[in-house]
Amino acid sequence: MATLIFAEHQDGALDPATARVVAGAKALGEPIDVVLMGHQIDGAARQAAEIDGVSRVLVADNEAYQHVLAENVSKVLVELSGEYTHLLASASTTGKNVLPRVAALKDVSPLTDVIAIESSDTFRRPIYAGSAIATVKSLDTLKIVSLRATAFEPAGQQSAASIEPVTVVEVSTTSRFVSEARPEGERPELTSAGVVVSGGRGMGNGENFKLLEAVADKLGAAIGASRAAVDAGYVPNDMQVGQTGKIVAPELYIAVGISGSIQHLAGMKDSRVIVAINNDDEAPIFRVADYGLVGDLFEVLPELAQKL
Amino acid sequence: MKVLVAVKRVIDYNVKVRVKPDNSDVDLTNVKMAMNPFCEIAVEEAVQLKERGIVSEVVAVTVGPKAAQEQLRTALALGADRAIHLETDEVVESLGVAKLLKKVVEDEQPSLVLMGKQSIDTDNNQTGQMLSALMGWAQATFASKVAIEGDTATVEREIDGGLQTLSLNLPAVITTDLRLNEPRYAKLPDIMKAKKKPVDTRSVADLGVDIAPRVELVRVELPTERQEGVRVGSVDELVDKLKNEAKVI
Repeated sequence: MATLIFAEHQDGALDPATARVVAGAKALGEPIDVVLMGHQIDGAARQAAEIDGVSRVLVADNEAYQHVLAENVSKVLVELSGEYTHLLASASTTGKNVLPRVAALKDVSPLTDVIAIESSDTFRRPIYAGSAIATVKSLDTLKIVSLRATAFEPAGQQSAASIEPVTVVEVSTTSRFVSEARPEGERPELTSAGVVVSGGRGMGNGENFKLLEAVADKLGAAIGASRAAVDAGYVPNDMQVGQTGKIVAPELYIAVGISGSIQHLAGMKDSRVIVAINNDDEAPIFRVADYGLVGDLFEVLPELAQKL
Repeated sequence: MKVLVAVKRVIDYNVKVRVKPDNSDVDLTNVKMAMNPFCEIAVEEAVQLKERGIVSEVVAVTVGPKAAQEQLRTALALGADRAIHLETDEVVESLGVAKLLKKVVEDEQPSLVLMGKQSIDTDNNQTGQMLSALMGWAQATFASKVAIEGDTATVEREIDGGLQTLSLNLPAVITTDLRLNEPRYAKLPDIMKAKKKPVDTRSVADLGVDIAPRVELVRVELPTERQEGVRVGSVDELVDKLKNEAKVI
């Protein structure tokens, strides 16, 4: 009876979400092993070994795992999973890419984006983009679960647990890594940003998003948009926050010229602090806002940028 | 080459979700339903591949109740050539859908399966990966660009903090993300034409696939509602509150 966590790494460092997944796994009350797959990842393995609660770190170090392709990495997890009752990962794009593949090969129905662990087989997860919370019980012998890392406080540190190599080698013959671009942009990525400033149809046009940029620059914020602004052609689709766009939960979310449609609220209502700036006193966005400012955004934004 | 596109009937993205009074599930009685938005993007991509002469046939498939035929008609109106309806009134989990789609894939032998990265009801983000694994194929999830040349698909995919490009041997499964394309709206003549396109309906019960649920839905609740906060009278007051009360800047 033990839990295996599939952990990620980037540029040789362990993904900080790992400590949060370990904290979540502690609720299962079983020994916790962490597996890392990649190439030249000793540093990340040591970091994993020092997370409080980790019994053992397994390291599959091979060129074949360098880019963590779902096709071969999932096969390694299938081989390792025999000894475990739970296989967990962060509900990141990598976790979501890999875990369902393992689940299909193990004939398991996996659970995605879990935000609370109630018992060894019962979990809570948002559905309908967080408009409802489902409590679900897995009937499978092996539970395969991705955790929304931000829902768990990171585990602390311990003196290093043992690190053991995994020798199995699986090479993907069907897919090949070509390239990766991680723009060291001026702005953080929407879904992981601490502050998000979003504009809606009230912005009037794409050019006016420059007003948001001035505010975002001061706050180190990412810039988002409502579906209405995207549909109106102001900004590209990848900036969309909402049920059909990105789901964000930053420390601070500033909604500007956004009325607050259901589908937008679904994408941002878990933000810690919400600010709404809108000239319509009746806009539904005010009902979820901690701080509401009724006013003309073309006056408010330049003033805000100046005073921050 | 042939493309199979899987589509799902879900609650319309603009409808407010209600929970049944006994907390057994969400309440979908008399609720407007539509094609899952990510599936629309998958259909659009398939149709564009056909328009570019890369694909010769687009087959839409769904697993769902009788009413899900509406979403197949939508796919046909958007440009799919024919449709397959695996009809069932049961709730089928991703694993069951993947197994059912595997049957269809084995019959149809498509070179490519396109599907949405997730449906906006259960938000599982699983079925494409599971179908790909069951077939032993390559996969590219969260696609934002797809280029096909011969037996290879080059796919740009949205990963946390950036973009990754993969090269896949076909056949493969590709799941769509928002940036891939802007789905068109069906025109009236196309909607009329779609009514005459063939839909092959098969009963899920006859397919001999194990779709028994593995996950029990214990309870569904609304999340804790946010309390409406305060109105501030000026930018100065807002900045002050954010600094000294909320302590977020």
